[in-house]
Order: sequence, then C-alpha cells, then structure tokens
Amino acid sequence: MDAFEILKAAAADPYAYGASIQAKTGKPVVGNFCTYTPEELIYAAGGVPFRLFGTKEDISLADKHLQSYCCSLVRGGLEDALRGNLSFLAGAVFPHTCDSIQRLSDIWRLNAGFPFHIDVVLPVKLDTKSARTYMIDVLAGCKTDLETALGVQITPERLRHAITVYNDIRRTLGDIYRMRSADPSIISARDLYHVVKASMIMDRDELPPLLHTLRDELKAGVKAMPSNTGRRVILSGGICNHPDIYTVLEESGAQVIWDDLCTGTRYFEEQIEENIDPIEAISDRYITRMVCPAKHLDVTARGENLVHLAKAQKASGVIFLFLKFCDPHSFDYPYLKKFLDDAGVPNILLEVEAQLPSDAQLRTRFETFVDMLN
Amino acid sequence: MADQSTAKDPEKERRKIKSVSKMKEIMTTYYIEAKTARENGKKVAWITSGGPVEFLIAMDVIPVYPENHGAMVGASKMGVGLCEKAEEMGYSRDLCSYARSDIACSVTDGGPIGGLPRPDFLVCCNNICGTVLKWYEVTARFYHVPLFILDTPFIHARFSEASRKYVVQQTYEYIAFLEKQCGKKMDFERMNEVSRLAVHGLRLWQEVLDTTAHKPAPMTAFDAFFHLALIVTLRGTKIAVDYYQQLLAEMRQRIKDGISMVPNEKYRLLWDNLPVWYRTKWLSDKFADHQACLVADTYTSAWSGVMDLIDENNFIETGAIAYSSVYINVSLDIMFETLKKLIKKYDVDGLVMHSNRSCKPYSLGQYDLQQMVMRELKVPTLIIEADMVDERSFSESQIETRIDAFMETIKK
Repeated sequence: MDAFEILKAAAADPYAYGASIQAKTGKPVVGNFCTYTPEELIYAAGGVPFRLFGTKEDISLADKHLQSYCCSLVRGGLEDALRGNLSFLAGAVFPHTCDSIQRLSDIWRLNAGFPFHIDVVLPVKLDTKSARTYMIDVLAGCKTDLETALGVQITPERLRHAITVYNDIRRTLGDIYRMRSADPSIISARDLYHVVKASMIMDRDELPPLLHTLRDELKAGVKAMPSNTGRRVILSGGICNHPDIYTVLEESGAQVIWDDLCTGTRYFEEQIEENIDPIEAISDRYITRMVCPAKHLDVTARGENLVHLAKAQKASGVIFLFLKFCDPHSFDYPYLKKFLDDAGVPNILLEVEAQLPSDAQLRTRFETFVDMLN
Repeated sequence: MADQSTAKDPEKERRKIKSVSKMKEIMTTYYIEAKTARENGKKVAWITSGGPVEFLIAMDVIPVYPENHGAMVGASKMGVGLCEKAEEMGYSRDLCSYARSDIACSVTDGGPIGGLPRPDFLVCCNNICGTVLKWYEVTARFYHVPLFILDTPFIHARFSEASRKYVVQQTYEYIAFLEKQCGKKMDFERMNEVSRLAVHGLRLWQEVLDTTAHKPAPMTAFDAFFHLALIVTLRGTKIAVDYYQQLLAEMRQRIKDGISMVPNEKYRLLWDNLPVWYRTKWLSDKFADHQACLVADTYTSAWSGVMDLIDENNFIETGAIAYSSVYINVSLDIMFETLKKLIKKYDVDGLVMHSNRSCKPYSLGQYDLQQMVMRELKVPTLIIEADMVDERSFSESQIETRIDAFMETIKK
C-alpha cells in the first residue's frame, strides 16, 4: 500500500487500527477528546495519543448517563466506551474544555472502567501571566500522572524527542494544507480529511515517514486529482466527522480549502520552541495558537482571525459546522457571523448531530450557498 | 391556585412569611440605586452569581447580577418572548435561557424592569459554568467595556496547590483591575469590614436554611429561592446581615408557634438544581397536595456551603479558594458527598432533580447521582425534565403524572 492508502485505512476504521497497534506494539493507547491534550507528554511516556470522535451508531447505553441535550460527541464517546468498542485503550486524558466534557470526564471515570484516568484542568483564559504559570504547573502535574499511570519516567531527552517528532508532524500537515490551498487539485478535501484524522490516532513513530512520503508525492504531482474549480470556502467549528460533507460540497460547486476546526488546523498549527524548557514550550504553543471558543483570549480574537483567514486563503465563503448542543461555538456564532458579514464574506451555519442531514437536504443547502458566492 | 374568596383565609395568612415585604422593599431600593448609579456618580459592575462581590462592595461599586435578573425574567413569565428574540439574533435555542433572555434585554431594554443598568465593567467567575465566560464575552462586546475573568479551576479530585496559587494571584489581579477601573486604591480596612459582613451574612443564611431541618419545616426550598437574592446580590453589606437576622428570628418564631409552610407536612423532599422559575407556585402546590414539602435544595446552600473555607481575617487569600469549591465546580463524587449530608440533615423521604436544559454543569451527571442515591441511600428519586426560564421546555401533564407516580412510591 502506498502512504495515502495506509493513512486512509487507519482513518476509515480507527478502532480496528487502535486495537491492532496495541496488539502489535504493546504501546498503551490513550484516548482523548481535545486538541488541548498534551499529546507530546503521552508520546514521551511511550503511548499512542488516540483522538476519539464518538460513535455514529444509535445511543442506548449512554442514555442512562447523559441527557438528550448533550452533544453527540460526548454522548457518542461514552456510548463507545460503555459498549466496549474502546477496549484497546489503556486510559484517557481529559483536558478541561467545556461544561459537557467536564461532566463526561466524571461519568467516564466512574463508569468506563479503564485502567487510568487523568484530568488536566487547564486554565480557561490564556492571556495572562498567571494563567501561563498555572498551565505550566498543570502540565507538569500531567507529566507526573502519566509517569505513575504508565510506570515510566519521562526523561528530558524523551520529552525533547517527542517535541521534535510533533513539530515535524505538525509542520508536514501544515505544508500539505498550504500546498493544497495553493493548488486544490493535488488532493481532494475528503482525502485530506482522512490524512488529518489518521494523524490524530496513528502511532506517532509510524506516522511521520508516511506524511513525508505523501507530501513529497503531492509536491511531485504524483497524486494529482482531476482539477477542481469550485468556489473556495473555509470550514469553521469544532470537529468534523463527516467525510461526505467535503464530497457533497464539491459536487455542489465549492471546495473546502482551509479550516478552523479541532480536526483540522487547530490540531497542527504553531510549533513548539525546541530550545527552552519543554513544559514551558508546550504551554507556549497553546498560548500562541488561536484559541478554541471554550478558552478566552480576547473578546474579538476569533472573529478577527476568521476574517483574516478568509482573506489570506482567498476564500469566497465560510461554512460554520457545529455539533448541536455545543455551547462554546453557539455563543460565538452571532458575532463571528457579524464579523464575516461586515467583511463581505458570505457564510452559512450547518448544525449536525451524529448523523448528517439527508443527502438531498445537504445538497440543497450547499447549492443555495454556492449560488450566494457566485 | 388563585385566592378565590374576597375575605382572606386566616390560616393562609398565618403561613405567609412576613419578611417578604421587607425583602421586596430592599430589592426595589437596590434596583433603583443600580439604575440611577450614573446620576449618583457610582460605577456599575455586572458580576456572575458565584463571583467575589465583596471586592466591589469595598470599592463602592454597585454590583448587578444578570443571573438574578434572569430569574426575575423567568418568575415574571417573560422568558419565552425574550429567548425567542435572542434566537432571532442567532443565539441557539439550546443555549442557557438566562443568557438568552439577558442578551435580549440588553438589546431591547425589555424584561420586568426594562433592562439592567449599563455596566462600566464586567466581572466573570467561571466557578458556576463555562457558559458565563461566553455570555460575558458577548456582553463585553455589546457594551464595549473591560472584562475581568476570575478563573477557578474545576475540582475533579482535590483542590491542587497549583490552583491555590493561581486563584490567589488572580485575586490580586482583580484588585488591581478594580483600582484601575475606579481610579482609586483599595481600602483594605474597608475590605476587611466587608469580608466580616459577608461571612456573617453567609452564616446567618445557613442558619435560616438550617431551620427547615425542623419538622414541620417553617419554610420550603421555594421560599429559600426567593430569600436567596440578598446573599447573592448584597453579600458583604449590613443590609443583608440585618435582613437575615430578621428572617432567622421569624423562622425561629414560626417553629415556636408551630407554623409550617405546608399544612400537615408528612413527606419531606430535597430539590436539586435551579428552580423552574415560572412554575415555583405550581410545583409547590402540586407537592403540597400530596402533603409533601421540599424542605431543602442543593442550590441555595451553594453560597454558604463553602463558608468554612473562608478566613474572614484573610479574605484575599482564602475567598477565592472557597469560591472555587462551590457545589457545581466539583466532581460528581464530591457532589454526592454533599447530597448525602443534605439527605441526612434534613431527613428527607425523596429527592427531586430538575434536569435543566439550560444548565449542563448542574444537570449532566444527575442520572449517575440518582443511581448513587438510590443504591447507597435507598432514597427514591424523581427527575423532572424542564428549563429554568424557557417555558417551552415544560410539559405540565407529563410532569404532573410523574410527580403523582413518584409520590405514590413514597407513600407506600
């Protein structure tokens, strides 16, 4: 199989991949729900950070623990855990993000039965010196917790190595994103989605050479797709677990050329400084990177960033993709929309649960939107 | 149940809490002062209900509570219209109904008191939820005013030393922020006085709540929701201390005189979560029909529940630790410990949980708490699905049926 096929296979069936990597390497696979998970620490402890996306199947077991007004990621994640679909996990790391994840952490710890559970109560504001100091303390605590849970010592050398590996992964993903934005015909948005998803779950020792190969192939034009002339749009929101969105959009005359997603740029943006204290360096990446709406930076930071992104990426429009019941994103929506409207960037909101709206419905919405762009 | 007869029922009159009129008077004066603050050269700060208001009082700033206002919106049954207005503005119907109705009031000057007075600055403490962070960001953009965030790390297992350092440091940043906004230095002697009054008020409030341990209870949790306003709004003032002294005296007298709020109280219940503001009377009557009294709740004791963590002589270094430890800023297992204590203390026969669509940190996890209570304490529980302000999420017939069935179980 070539590099892309290997990445795609992992992304297509993450749990099969997780179980196989656990069986093959014996490495502890560590579940998480958030891009604020200090993956570098998990990797330095010999683990495989494994992003969870929640089941698309019906919810039955999680219904006994979570109300229906809770997002499909939280409900679906718990459902998977309770059904035993995640039995390959050694444990989970829960960074503090929103109210729902906060309670999921409790419910998970009390019911899911994994060998270890680590809460990382990060600061909510990322714009003060004391918050930075606190974040460093919390990450140092997380390092100790991981050492205890996994029975290893995270030496400075291992941590520095982890940072180098993660910088490489993130740089390569960024390269591929930028190459595609410059020439969208080199790889489809749907395929790129699989690449990012695979990068969030694969053994980080196995991943870098695959990403390098893919990048070099794309550079050489080996992987060329039929040229696509659809309108350029940005996808903004939390997670996207629906590859069909990219396809239906393409068929409707537009294509995602950049994103502002947890399962996208938020995962790989910003490098970690390699010549300072590693824990401080990891903290600084979170502080430098554009915040997710569950964190506070400045009251207009995300709006300005989105308008800037639209201009920098020469996007004709923005599609907001939110999970229903996601409070942080829903609170930001009216103001982000206003920033885009004022900048003359057309936008629509698509609120989804575990399942997408019907194909026909989605197509109609996208086609109407593309008409607005033309 | 409206009073149909023209002549007042003496029995009903006897049961009424006389301090209510004093409370209404205080709140009216307070809102008039807040609304005329600018003419009187005073600054107005909007602050979250769990925020450290003591510092504002010490700086002579008038604190305004959008959440208290949200409760007023709910109680005056104006929630649906205002929530719909916010939805028109693009705020999802799934968002907190306090936030939705307050945001709508800011834009329309609507609601029961024609909108809140414009803030000079905002103080947001996230010990109650992540929602307030987003809500106050909205408010900061709308009014173009500075926002101070007091970030109180959630307690999953224990309050860490790192968290302690962080919240204490932020308390000093808070003082610096207030000094900048007010253009004057903090008077620490005044601050100490305010701290003492705050702790005194909290103790009195807890004593008021304690009176319902008496059988029959001199008041209900629904009364506690009403009388809570001052511990939220005027904590740290002599007004609150004086009022709770009066209320406490009245409760003690009621006990002495054998006056209970629910006639022939036979069953005692504990309430969990915020009230269903637009249906407090209906719910109260509904339970009273079954001779059941909601004697206590997890909500009104949230403020006084952590007062032992406060050193009134060192409020600056201990206040924020206490505020970080409030009932909904802790894990489900820690909440269960509190629930256990309340169930024992008030000797209740059942637990009624309001699964409140507006409040995820309070509501998510209730199903697990329910299981813990039934398993470990063998206390029957009922979950009511509703919303604190948005009446569209209240199904009367369904809830009525569930309450009747629940009470049948208890009576067995």
